Amino acid sequence: MADAKQKKPSRSRDSISNTLIVAIGISLFCSILVSATAVVLKPQQTRNEELYRQKIVLEVAGLYEPGIAIDESFENIELRLVELASGDYADSPDVNDFDAIAAAKDPASSIAVPADLDIGGIRRRALHAQVYLVRNADGISQVILPVYGSGLWSTMYGYLALERDANTIRGLRFYEHAETPGLGDQIDKPDWRAQWSGKALLDAAGELRIEVVRGQAPADDSHQVDGLAGATLTGRGVSDLLRYWTGSHGFGPYLARLKEEAANDG
Amino acid sequence: MADARKVLIDPLVDNNPVTLQVLGICSALAVTTALLPALLMCIAMTSVAMLSSAAISSIRHHIPNNIRIIVQMTIIASFVIVVDQLLKAYAFETSKQLSVFVGLIITNCIILGRAEAYAMKHGVGMSFLDGLGNGLGYSLVLIIVAIARELFGAGTLLGYEILPLTGNGGWYEANGMMLLPPSAFFIIGLLIWLIRTLRPKQAEHPDYQIHKVHRTEVL
Repeated sequence: MADAKQKKPSRSRDSISNTLIVAIGISLFCSILVSATAVVLKPQQTRNEELYRQKIVLEVAGLYEPGIAIDESFENIELRLVELASGDYADSPDVNDFDAIAAAKDPASSIAVPADLDIGGIRRRALHAQVYLVRNADGISQVILPVYGSGLWSTMYGYLALERDANTIRGLRFYEHAETPGLGDQIDKPDWRAQWSGKALLDAAGELRIEVVRGQAPADDSHQVDGLAGATLTGRGVSDLLRYWTGSHGFGPYLARLKEEAANDG
Repeated sequence: MADARKVLIDPLVDNNPVTLQVLGICSALAVTTALLPALLMCIAMTSVAMLSSAAISSIRHHIPNNIRIIVQMTIIASFVIVVDQLLKAYAFETSKQLSVFVGLIITNCIILGRAEAYAMKHGVGMSFLDGLGNGLGYSLVLIIVAIARELFGAGTLLGYEILPLTGNGGWYEANGMMLLPPSAFFIIGLLIWLIRTLRPKQAEHPDYQIHKVHRTEVL
């Protein structure tokens, strides 16, 4: 703006040269303004997102209490790294610095998901994943798994909390998505989220049955959740990403291991 | 001084951008289910209106006529991004509720309208006040609508319980329609009706009158 201002007023303002000068000047000024703001505020925004994610983890586990510092509530929660293929805990890379999304892009730390298994539409996934273990006096009380997959427009990122039996769902919440406002974003609605609690991933025969149906789910069904009006494809995305991440190519081996441990304990 | 006062006060009722000019309705529907996001939206919208009007006015003698709209849009869009980034940094959870609507301030007709109709022809100070006045006029309507919707739709204001809901053992049966977008239309419609009854000058003249048809026969 400043350089445009210094031009002599006598110059015709509709001339081609003035048009170019103003256009370039404005573009430069605005791009500097926008990028400077973005760079300066980035650390604060990243911290907000981190805190928000932790809050979602607490909420999905039913541990969030307003007014209590998030760090404090995290005292009974242990963050571990799981090697997905074997289902074993891993010590490297460092679990605190691990970023599953970044790792999924790096060929060295990820594998391609075979097309026939890629129902969640994610193409590649990291070799490892972070899991949160919630402990109480008796040991592990629930596990929280990060899940993500394609919805209608966007990749939806969320957390799935499972009871100690590694089969009963405690909660499902998404912390980042860009589904249609008013339709697909109903996946954030409390009364829809509440339905997940108590549903089981597998049926008695060990088949993966969890699903968001179209329309209303039968009241007594322990695997199906109501669809959202106007958001059929988002709902399908949610079903698919859950089936992928709890299936054999996702956390399947790890969940099997948890079940074995639970059986040995009790 | 009298001019400045007029520029600032006029858009509140007499020349309100929402109720008289019926602009900026889309965001009034979307962000008014609760008072808190509505307040944040008002602050965002008013600051963009002030800053963009002042900035556009300061270079109004240099903006070439044939690219003036795109220059105005560029300036408005930049301020909207700055405001959006600030909200993400300092009011994270509410800005998540506002989702795309902060970004959509760019397309809010009030801001471009004031830039084109006022800031292009008046000085920096007056344009700044004009932006502030119109921002406040928009905010006034938004706040009234949000209060009505949150109070009657959820029985709360800013999250504090005012009318105890029957669901929580109180006496008030929540009006679910208030939380749906059409209710904002009803409330804005009632507001316009009220203002135009009090100030008949604002009522629009009918586009045609039937009895004039007879006169054409005489002619």
